[in-house]
Amino acid sequence: SREGGFGLGRPALPEEVAAWDWDVRPDGVGLPVGEGDVWTGEELFVDYCSACHGDFGEAVGRWPVLAGGAGTLTYEDPTKTIGSYWPYLSTVVDYVHRAMPYGQAESLSPDETYAIVAYLLYLNNVVDDDFVLNQDTFHDVEMPNADGFFMDDRDETEVVAWTREPCMTDCTEGEVEITMRATILDVTPEEDEEEASA
Amino acid sequence: MSDGKSFSPSRRSFLTASAAAGGALASGKLVHAQAAPDPAIIDPQPWRQYLGPGVDNAPYGMPSPYETEAVRRTVPWLTADQVSSINFTPLHELDGIITPNGICFERHHGGAAEIDPAEHRLMINGLVDTPMVFTMEDIMRFPRENHVYFLECAANTGMEWAGAQLNGCQFTHGMIHNVQYTGVPLRLLLEEAGVQTNGRWLLAEGADAAGMTRSIPMEKALDDCLVAFKMNGEALRVEQGYPLRLVVPGWEGNMWIKWLRRLEVGDEPWHHREETSKYTDLLEDGDARRFTWVMDAKSVITNPSPQAPITHGPGPMVLTGVAWSGRGTIPRVDVTLDGGRNWHQARMSGPSLDKSMHRFYYEFDWDGSPLLLQSRAIDSTGYVQPTKEQLREFRGENSIYHNNGIQTWYVNENGEAENVEVG
Repeated sequence: SREGGFGLGRPALPEEVAAWDWDVRPDGVGLPVGEGDVWTGEELFVDYCSACHGDFGEAVGRWPVLAGGAGTLTYEDPTKTIGSYWPYLSTVVDYVHRAMPYGQAESLSPDETYAIVAYLLYLNNVVDDDFVLNQDTFHDVEMPNADGFFMDDRDETEVVAWTREPCMTDCTEGEVEITMRATILDVTPEEDEEEASA
Repeated sequence: MSDGKSFSPSRRSFLTASAAAGGALASGKLVHAQAAPDPAIIDPQPWRQYLGPGVDNAPYGMPSPYETEAVRRTVPWLTADQVSSINFTPLHELDGIITPNGICFERHHGGAAEIDPAEHRLMINGLVDTPMVFTMEDIMRFPRENHVYFLECAANTGMEWAGAQLNGCQFTHGMIHNVQYTGVPLRLLLEEAGVQTNGRWLLAEGADAAGMTRSIPMEKALDDCLVAFKMNGEALRVEQGYPLRLVVPGWEGNMWIKWLRRLEVGDEPWHHREETSKYTDLLEDGDARRFTWVMDAKSVITNPSPQAPITHGPGPMVLTGVAWSGRGTIPRVDVTLDGGRNWHQARMSGPSLDKSMHRFYYEFDWDGSPLLLQSRAIDSTGYVQPTKEQLREFRGENSIYHNNGIQTWYVNENGEAENVEVG
């Protein structure tokens, strides 16, 4: 630290802050001005999103699944989507507006963003098909998994359990057995394969 | 240099020769007598006869052409494409604690942004007295610090939650690198803007096509975070955030925002995509941990390992590996040869720095029988690296991130190593 600072840099102009600061928070702070409905969103989604995410958010190939999966979080293979997992609607608005479509970020207007998000909510059975999303109706939406998260508690649980002098000799009863082997699965890239694709 | 077959020293003959010399010294007798004179000695060697390249041959040098294995590798099926994806540091080819810049693993969400530093800006806005803009030239005029830190992806070893899957420590543990950063304490930049008293959180944002963002508590931001512009002495590599990246010591790699362009001060966290949909840890009961920032103590044996088998046969051998903790240093690593039944304290060698990689060795005479190798890190807080079973008891198998469980390599009679789990 230096008293009075270093006097480096310059004040940011309001236009500059506005150009870069469009992040959105769960309480709605930062929401853009505009609105969009489910069916406008469907048309936009088919044009801009469905090539990767599928017509109904079910995804193509390994691209992210955006809809469905409700109630699967305790399954052996959970399907974590906007509807089944994401806690906040603000995250959907923020992320779609900021980073999508993949490879053409910063191209969606606030109206387009709201419409696409409204369609995503509809696909996830969170809203009806006559829903219009804007800064006001944003606050009416309840995300199904809003209460599904809690603050990191490793310090109170795991760290306590594992901070103790460990065993050094005769720590197991008898010989140790192999229970699983990576070579049986055989999914590691081979050198030849890599060279062929390089 | 191109005619490799006539004079290339074979790795095997080199190791055999050293083993013979070592054995003779230790026991007073020759372990491997040489039947005929060694051509590597009695034949004239081209590098002894002919001149090598001059000093203007390589303004920026590359490793020996014989060192072809120390390269980043990827696993294509892990991600939908190779742009929002991951590759892996070749840990089995490295020694010491510093990762060379050219083989530090990469993780991008929108590819590696190629930025002209003259057009790069860092903005600080939000709950500050004066929103500010800095050029790279401005940032270079603040006082600097140098620190060595590990950067581990939160998903390192994530493919191994449900069992042994990938065969090699590069793939199971290679989403990590350890370099020396030169940068400005984040605190000094924030002070220039003047953080207001209700400014308890910081949003860091990248300039890349993913618009990567994470919320960081102000306490951490003011403590030890750096805004770094150099790694291992030279400018950041493009794929590591050139010209500017955030350094968040001990915390999961996703928070180390690359191509850093904006810092916003707020009174609440933002709960953005990378801290809700991603980088949250689903537990067995369907609830998920959020804000699991710190990377716990962890270690792996890098040699021998599936990509680095024992090729020299029985006798003296060097077992080595790396250990690290987001909570401090690693004063001790234990090693077992029998799957955790009996443990031996390894020998630490090299610098022991806070939130950095540590190098350990365990030398022993291998009798040629199969081994079940494991390493167990114990950090400066007394935390003992858990087994995978212990982790699963608390978390189940679906938390994706933060797998710091003990790794087992099975080494057979031929010295070949395999990724296994034991019970």
